[in-house]
Amino acid sequence: MSAPQKPQAGPDGGAPAAGVPERPLPVPDAATAPYWEAARAHRLVMPKCVDCGAFHFYPRTLCPHCSSARLEWTACSGRGEVYSFTVVHRAPSPAFAADVPYVVATVKLAEGPHLMTRITGCAPEAVRIGMAVRVAFIEASAEITLPVFAPAEEA
Amino acid sequence: MMAMDTKAAIVGIGESRVGKVPDRSALQLQADAAQAALADAGLAMADIDGLLTTPVRVEHWNMPAGVVAHHLGIRPAYLSTVDLAGASGAAMIHQAAMAIASGQCTTVLCVAGQNLLSHGSRSTAVRKMAEGGSAHPQFEVPYGPLVPSLYALVAQRHMHEYGTTPEQLAEVAVTIRRHAGLNPNAHKRDPVSVADVLSSKMITSPLHILDCAIVSDGAAAAIVTSAARARDLRGKPAHLLGQGYGLRHSHIGDTSLTTTGAVDSGRDAFRTAGLSPADVDVAQIYDCFTITVIVELEDLGFCRKGEGGAFVEGGRIGLGGQLPVTTHGGLLSGGHPGLGGGFFHVLEGVRQVRGDAGARQVPGAKVALVHGNGGVISVHCTLLLGSEAAA
Repeated sequence: MSAPQKPQAGPDGGAPAAGVPERPLPVPDAATAPYWEAARAHRLVMPKCVDCGAFHFYPRTLCPHCSSARLEWTACSGRGEVYSFTVVHRAPSPAFAADVPYVVATVKLAEGPHLMTRITGCAPEAVRIGMAVRVAFIEASAEITLPVFAPAEEA
Repeated sequence: MMAMDTKAAIVGIGESRVGKVPDRSALQLQADAAQAALADAGLAMADIDGLLTTPVRVEHWNMPAGVVAHHLGIRPAYLSTVDLAGASGAAMIHQAAMAIASGQCTTVLCVAGQNLLSHGSRSTAVRKMAEGGSAHPQFEVPYGPLVPSLYALVAQRHMHEYGTTPEQLAEVAVTIRRHAGLNPNAHKRDPVSVADVLSSKMITSPLHILDCAIVSDGAAAAIVTSAARARDLRGKPAHLLGQGYGLRHSHIGDTSLTTTGAVDSGRDAFRTAGLSPADVDVAQIYDCFTITVIVELEDLGFCRKGEGGAFVEGGRIGLGGQLPVTTHGGLLSGGHPGLGGGFFHVLEGVRQVRGDAGARQVPGAKVALVHGNGGVISVHCTLLLGSEAAA
């Protein structure tokens, strides 16, 4: 399984193992904190416009479709499909070196928006565009939980 | 669009040494390029009253245009730092033309480049790029994409939708390497085959290392003045015939991946020039990755969406082909010192319409298209350069 399941913090939320470089983690800001708070609670939320009803991602403070500032964090089903993917064989930095090969993908959510993520829970060579996936959550540190996606079980 | 007269011409170009140049700092490389451009134009530093440059990655310059002006000992009446990432080189030419048309200055030095390779290790450069903003710091970087991974997502989707093949991607690298072999200042000049590309190290599927731009030291410079003043200078000018910009996203995680703002920049460039893709004799297409060239050829209108893979086959984009592409060797082989990388495409467009491209001259080239791409197929600037001024 790939990287986010080997969090830089120990399983008990303790200090990173000696010698393992820190991986870059999101630093939530005022506009994005609700997304990361929801992820910690194992919920996937997306900004949705109260006025035009459209979802968008990544989070903005104005709706990119109609410029309304009336946005609402809305729970998503967590279901989607692989829109594109790449198997990374050369880590961008030592922090990711233990993870290779790993799958970076964009997923098209059932609600419409696309997002970047990892595909976990299957061999990298098994990943296909169009594959049904559902969200899973990996505790990367005491503060940050990353949404990742795994193959959806058959309905 | 405002009907401003932007009739301008490029009257001098110059390059530093390109490749591994450990004995030159970023500012020295830029000064080398600037001096070569002045010599080419028959001008002196004292003739320069406008300056445009781009940021560098290797060191922090507070107000880069000020740092470069100070180093060159000039006091420009107009100066600015252009940052449209890889589209900066093309954009500098148009922004120089606007500054001249407004009457603010007459003779603009555009210069960009740095010692991206020698300043640190290749690994350091790769890491800095991965965390340098092309990937969203909160929603993308934590998942561990390389910059090449972001383009690999484009390639994988393009292959899925249109049947584009790894061999077609490789054909781009092979052709552009062959062009670099004809450029004495190119960084990588040894020929490669499709088999070499496909057997080179897989970096981030489907992109092998030979599908990716290299990392280089180097700088490029060009001097822009009015078309009227160009007539009094000794060099043969390259005229700016048209230009366009396009931006459809900042990060690619939330996009359709296979259609870019080059649709908009190309359409506007052809409209402002009164030309069409059929009028283009040679195209200097931004080539940070092999897939970039295929997508841009489609979006600029040289073939239909989805046909870019077939278009690059059969020698069509090589010298002697239907549309020679990136004839100096580009970012894949010629040299890629960061934001300045796309500026070498401008210089090659100038050489081609001046008839100065030597062994890689496209016979009788009258119109060159230059295309810059910044971010992850994010921001685009297209120029059309001509051997004759627009009517």
